[in-house]
Amino acid sequence: MLKINNLHASVEDKSILKGINLEVKPGEVHALMGPNGSGKSTLASVIAGKEEYEVTEGNIIFEGEDIEELAAEERAHKGVFLSFQYPVEIPGVSVTNFMKTAINENRKAKGLKDMPAKEMLKLIREKSELLEIDRKFLSRSLNEGFSGGEKKRNEIFQMAMLEPKLAILDETDSGLDIDALRIVANGVNKLKSKDNAVIVITHYQRLLEYIVPDFVHVIYNGRIVKSGTAALAHELEEKGYDWIKEEVNA
Amino acid sequence: MDLKEKLVSSFLAFENHVDIDGYIHDVRSDAIKVFEEKGFPSKKEEDWKYTSLNSILKEDYSVFPKQENALDYKDIKKYFIHDIDTYKIIFIDGKYSSHLSQTTHDGIDVCLMSSALNKPKYQLIIENYFNKAATKDSLSSLNTAFSSEGAYIHIPKNKIVRKPIQILHFSTGNESATMLQPRNLVVVDENSHVQIVERHQSLTSNPVLTNSVTEIFANKRAIVDYYKIQNDNENASLIDNTFIKQKRESLASVHTFSFGGKLIRNNLNFYQEGERLDSTLKGITIIGDKQHVDHNTLVHHKEPNCESHQDYKGIFSDRSTGVFNGKVLVDKEAQKTNAFQANNNILLSDKASINTKPQLEIFADDVKCSHGCTIGQLDESAMFYMRSRGIPKKEAKALLMYAFSNNVLKSVKIPELKQRITNIIANKLGVNIGFDL
Repeated sequence: MLKINNLHASVEDKSILKGINLEVKPGEVHALMGPNGSGKSTLASVIAGKEEYEVTEGNIIFEGEDIEELAAEERAHKGVFLSFQYPVEIPGVSVTNFMKTAINENRKAKGLKDMPAKEMLKLIREKSELLEIDRKFLSRSLNEGFSGGEKKRNEIFQMAMLEPKLAILDETDSGLDIDALRIVANGVNKLKSKDNAVIVITHYQRLLEYIVPDFVHVIYNGRIVKSGTAALAHELEEKGYDWIKEEVNA
Repeated sequence: MDLKEKLVSSFLAFENHVDIDGYIHDVRSDAIKVFEEKGFPSKKEEDWKYTSLNSILKEDYSVFPKQENALDYKDIKKYFIHDIDTYKIIFIDGKYSSHLSQTTHDGIDVCLMSSALNKPKYQLIIENYFNKAATKDSLSSLNTAFSSEGAYIHIPKNKIVRKPIQILHFSTGNESATMLQPRNLVVVDENSHVQIVERHQSLTSNPVLTNSVTEIFANKRAIVDYYKIQNDNENASLIDNTFIKQKRESLASVHTFSFGGKLIRNNLNFYQEGERLDSTLKGITIIGDKQHVDHNTLVHHKEPNCESHQDYKGIFSDRSTGVFNGKVLVDKEAQKTNAFQANNNILLSDKASINTKPQLEIFADDVKCSHGCTIGQLDESAMFYMRSRGIPKKEAKALLMYAFSNNVLKSVKIPELKQRITNIIANKLGVNIGFDL
């Protein structure tokens, strides 16, 4: 589904990704871990198509197609979804209407007509129940004044609405209490299928107890320096990252 | 002969062809003297520092309306709010169009200034209100000197006018350049409500300059909502001079939607002459090319316990320019005044500019006055966020800009008008989304 080959990327001439290789197949869950500043969020943004980042070498193949030249919205239309570490507040645009616009723009890109209002409402109701989101919440301005947990739950709600092929969850667990974490993880698990894939970016093992990864990768200094199974996440939890840094720097 | 000389020398001829009534004759004669003395405002004047009239004054305008050019309703229907029942006062090239209008004298007067100025039954209202709110600045004086036609609206006490009143001015280009000077008077008596929508529309590319004066009197506990749609073509300019006098416990609002035209100057003045009243001034400006929109507002708080709310949003692209000059004057007697003013702007191009200048002059010591102005660019992180959800760049931009101006739109009380404005905004932003926010 996703194949990243020797990816180098920089922002304002500062090199951040220095040769990432990663392959994600349908049905898989990958966890990306690593210390702060190692390039995890940059990788997520580059896959999603943030324009500030410049790919200087390598490529990203999604569903057999090099997506480097595609705009963020075109990648979204192909089924890439990024759950933001810091969801952006958009005053004046309600959650519901943002979702309506997003769904219909995705349909338009596929040559489909707007989703009938009734169907849209049903979908919104269904998915908001999955994430245990209050109805009143849906008419509020997107992310404006939301608590950390509400923002993250809202991200997964959007994911549930859009049903992406590849979901990248960028530190979705940060700022969540245990109940919110459970709700979010439960939502992600319910959306998982043999046809889609998830990349979970996190510092901590905590989320991975709920969303169990097939593979765990450690990013350090712009490269994937270690890959393993869920057991690697446990090891990192116990020992921290220093031993990895030492291994790399040795 | 420049435009000023042409106007001054036309005055006698003008006075000869309108009926000369004692009171109005004196008012007009005084006004032409003021205009003759002051002339058109120049950039040397503080209030005109950022707006030059030079480019629009150089045209050779025809200053008297000639014979009416008939228009078919079906050709101009789109400029009306046509999906609800309304009163209509329609002018074509400055002349009243009876077949397009729908006026009334049934308990309220929604009719013509020309008949009000000439018929004895309106004399009392004219003498009490005509030219009693307008200031003696040069442009208002010029309008006063040539005042003969426009809308006359008098709502006696305890009347809730259910149908909005539309005032539309069309120009057909039957002169190579036309100057229009409509004069409106709106008197709303105790406990009465009225909603008015005004629009100026040029139908050809011939230059049009409109210098209009509207005087509005909101008497005790009256509610007046006035909406101005300024979406004219690129050769039409508008100088709108509006004066509102409010008596106690009245609510008056003016919404100004400026989306088109060559040059627009709004001189909007509120005078608070009673306690516990509320004035609202809101506007959305979305312009591009080399368009220029200038909002010059004044709220004069003269009595205690009153409020004023100003909220102007501006979005400027290409080489367009904007001005916001908002003055709030709080007299010593006007204790417990609450005055709010906000002016937020987005510049979408390096060549667009906005000059924004809040002016607060406060002589009372127990007041709440706030003002804030911002000038920013489009929020790039919000753009990426929306695009990552599959909303294309143009639509994402439009949605952000619509959301930015939505606060002003929210207070429009006529749903059909709100829908109309929403459509104009979507059209202006080049998108086809409902903005059902």
